[in-house]
Amino acid sequence: MNLDFSWMAWTWPTAAFFIVIALMLCGMGVWEYVSPGGNPRIGVLRFETTRGDRLFLSLLGSAFIHLAWLGLVGPNLWWALALSVVYAIGVFRYV
Amino acid sequence: MDKTWNNKAWFLVLPVLVLVAFSAVIPLMTVVNYSVQDTFGNNVFFWAGTEWFEELLHSDRFWEAMVRNLIFSFIILAIQVPLGIFIALNMPKKGWGVPVCLVLMALPLLVPWNVVGTIWQVFGRNDIGLLGYYVNALGIDYNYVQDPIDAWVTVIIMDVWHWTSLVVLLCYAGLVSIPDAFYQAAKIDGASRWAVFRYIQLPKMQRVLLIAVLLRFMDSFMIYTEPFVVTGGGPGNSTTFLSIDLVKTALGQFDLGPAAAMSLIYFLIILLLSWVFYTVMTNYDAER
Repeated sequence: MNLDFSWMAWTWPTAAFFIVIALMLCGMGVWEYVSPGGNPRIGVLRFETTRGDRLFLSLLGSAFIHLAWLGLVGPNLWWALALSVVYAIGVFRYV
Repeated sequence: MDKTWNNKAWFLVLPVLVLVAFSAVIPLMTVVNYSVQDTFGNNVFFWAGTEWFEELLHSDRFWEAMVRNLIFSFIILAIQVPLGIFIALNMPKKGWGVPVCLVLMALPLLVPWNVVGTIWQVFGRNDIGLLGYYVNALGIDYNYVQDPIDAWVTVIIMDVWHWTSLVVLLCYAGLVSIPDAFYQAAKIDGASRWAVFRYIQLPKMQRVLLIAVLLRFMDSFMIYTEPFVVTGGGPGNSTTFLSIDLVKTALGQFDLGPAAAMSLIYFLIILLLSWVFYTVMTNYDAER
């Protein structure tokens, strides 16, 4: 059987993007296995979040940070990536 | 005692995961791939990087469609929520009128979107449509094909006709769940009709109203079929909402790259709204 995925128009950057997301999800799975329960806590948003919620918020926020950077600053996204990492650390620390 | 965590149960979700992978994840991955490339068909793609996103974020057409969509959603909520509450408050709570009203209210919800669009497209025509013909006969110059305001009025009235019932049914469910003891206590205290509404009915409807507002906002923000069938996004671009603009770009112009970029931005907005919806709902439950 010859599976043809050319219609999906894969590129190395997008493949790398999805591999990173998949690795993050695997990492979260391992983290959950090692420390079950999702570490629920009430942070600055004043409602309970688990580490899965915090990852989701980090990824969603990062997407909007990149879009805002593209719209307001320009196409060089390395600083947006750095800002997203800082944001994600903040989310995992305080939310 | 510590709760026992059994993660083997996750394997039971695998079939759903496979299903979602085929129906959602793989198409979404393809959209991401398309959003950074350009194509002229025949599976030949050219790398474009973030060009489509930049173009879109600086595009007046995109932001105009976004603003139109937000205004539309705001108007829909401003009409449907108070109207829904008003109708629910006045519906019978017992007797033969209950099933009759419930069936009548449920009817518009059962009509498919494209049929609703077709009904209103004909209904609003000023040559053969019942509404259009008589509105013009009254001396009001109404023509939704040529006048942007008339087109907006038609689309809004159509959506109100189609979806207010949902708000009504949700509010009605909230109202009938209020025990009689509350009303009896209010009567003993000599509470006015307004006081009963403000301090008994409205707080008891809070949860269903929240669901109604969020459902109607998200649904009106994603509206496509009805306005597309009635106005086709016109006259001009006056009723071109985000989803209509997206389809025009993807299928009308065959600009798959820009359309994919627009889809992703649209998807992110919907994802954010869904998260807000989920968070508000779950926290409301937790507080209770």
